[in-house]
Amino acid sequence: MSKELIRLSDCVVKFDDEIILDHLNLYINDKEFLTLLGPSGCGKTTTLRIIGGFQKPTSGDVFFDGRRCNDVPPHKRQVNTVFQKYALFTHMNIFENVAFGLRIAKAPEAEITRRVEEALELVNLPGYGSRSVSSLSGGQQQRVAIARAIVNRPQVLLLDEPLGALDLKLRKDMQVELKRIQREVGITFIYVTHDQEEALTMSDTVVVMDKGNIQQIGTPQDIYNEPKNAFVADFIGESNIIDGVMPEDKVVKMYGKKFPCLDGGFAPGEPVDVVIRPEDIDIVPVEQGQITGTVTEVTFKGMHYDIIVDFQGFKWLIQTTDYSPVGARIGVKIDPDGIHIMHKSRYSGMFGDYSSYSEEYDELSGDPAGSEGSDETD
Amino acid sequence: MKRTKAFTIPYVIWMALFVVAPILMILVYAFSGTEGGFTLANFSAMGTYTVVFIRSFRLAGIATVICLFIGYPVAYLLSREGQRFQRLATVLIMLPMWMNFLLRTYSWMAILENNGLINQFLGLFGLGPFKMIDTQGAVVLGMVYNYLPFMILPIYSVIIKLDHSLVEAAHDLGADNVVAFRRVIFPLSLPGVLSGITMVFVPSVSTFAISTMLGGGTEYLLGDLIEQQFLGGAYNPQLGAAIALVMMVVVVLCMWVMNRFGEGEEQAVVL
Repeated sequence: MSKELIRLSDCVVKFDDEIILDHLNLYINDKEFLTLLGPSGCGKTTTLRIIGGFQKPTSGDVFFDGRRCNDVPPHKRQVNTVFQKYALFTHMNIFENVAFGLRIAKAPEAEITRRVEEALELVNLPGYGSRSVSSLSGGQQQRVAIARAIVNRPQVLLLDEPLGALDLKLRKDMQVELKRIQREVGITFIYVTHDQEEALTMSDTVVVMDKGNIQQIGTPQDIYNEPKNAFVADFIGESNIIDGVMPEDKVVKMYGKKFPCLDGGFAPGEPVDVVIRPEDIDIVPVEQGQITGTVTEVTFKGMHYDIIVDFQGFKWLIQTTDYSPVGARIGVKIDPDGIHIMHKSRYSGMFGDYSSYSEEYDELSGDPAGSEGSDETD
Repeated sequence: MKRTKAFTIPYVIWMALFVVAPILMILVYAFSGTEGGFTLANFSAMGTYTVVFIRSFRLAGIATVICLFIGYPVAYLLSREGQRFQRLATVLIMLPMWMNFLLRTYSWMAILENNGLINQFLGLFGLGPFKMIDTQGAVVLGMVYNYLPFMILPIYSVIIKLDHSLVEAAHDLGADNVVAFRRVIFPLSLPGVLSGITMVFVPSVSTFAISTMLGGGTEYLLGDLIEQQFLGGAYNPQLGAAIALVMMVVVVLCMWVMNRFGEGEEQAVVL
């Protein structure tokens, strides 16, 4: 796990005058499942294309296994890619698609047959070799694309939003499947997605990107529990982000009231962003509440209710199994470990207010691509 | 359903009047004698013209192959240029087609003649004159010149629509530019090649204007032969119809074989 395999050092990519990657530094360990996560235009696909060799950085260096590889063309890299729209060769059958790389490498015929069949078995498509590409469903084509890449035994597999075109159910199945494949073949996976749930489900390491910059690198737990700024907190899961002040360690002041918390190390009186996850908020009777507010919206979500509560003009999202009617006055209680304090950043004030919740909800529940516009929430 | 069917009626009538009926007339003519009545004489008389048949198919074949060898690289390289250049080049390729076909071929006469432009120019250096007009080469040149756009454009339009990620996928799997072209780009552009071949070969094999003007009556082709039977001194529409019929059958056969071959090619790449 710990051996470094790929390093991007101070990589800048510019198209005309537009900066796509802004001095990116990233290293990737051998055999890890790393996800580049961010909205469209954040530079995640560009980063992947640099590793694949399809894009040269305007400045900066790329190292593979310690050697600089900026000028190594794609066909000479020990890296294979699963493309967003599969990019299967329609003039060949499934067997020949998967065998493509082996044939170019001039592997013996018997070995080709054996390895192609192994690869098809790995992706649960045994015996599909003689089928044509067009006779397969989207999910099956996706598996063929994975087999075609993996059969070459690359050191790294790059996956560019491979599940984007599949429906939700299939996507969930494939997430589990991909994780299994990665364990079985034991190579590095670099995965690009804008779907935070996908990233959390599969990754060892998540790299959250926005506007050509890395916002945070960490395990899925780190990213979810300890977001570094308002962008990460909002992009990963649901977050209420409230303006606060740290009068002293382990105390945060919001709405003029002091809340105990676990964070420290801030300057006394430093303005901060306070993140409270919707599931970490307990609804209690008004007199027991740390603060009180009015329910303005209730949505039944199956497992729980999404409740929007107005606290002095700032709307919070609370996820609870207890029903409260619209218009009810409620109190809330937040445990110290449910409060996460972040330094102010350029994203402060842009996210975390649920005044326009229903619009955001429409976006999220629509086409997966539609959820990318989360920076429009204000 | 009924309503959409009604819209097709004018087209069906058109097709019946101007496509099916003429073919039927050719069939009837081809199998009747000058005095009427069924006969196969027209076909047995055709043996004399074997040379013309062979010449027509050979010259059209050569012209098609030359068009392919010029047209494919042009189409391929064009597809890799910038948008503006592509638009400009497409217009330039089509530009000659907006001018009258006969006029363009006449101008080739002026260029190739014994005291034409080329020979006059070479004469300045004491070279020539070379005989260029009234040769098979001139006829092939005329065919290539006139029909080249019909090769370039279908190939270009197929290549331009190729999903670029397929090429990237080939590179990703270890293919250099040559292999990616041979195993991915070319096989996927075959439909364009096939329609290009058809669109050059069919008019070439049946042309009479080019051979009359640039072949000087000595290198005449099937088209000239048929024309003579209908409009020329050798008036014999029954024989003309028979020649046209045989030519049509041979062309259809050629196209059928080639399309089979095209499918086979894709299959061959698979295997």
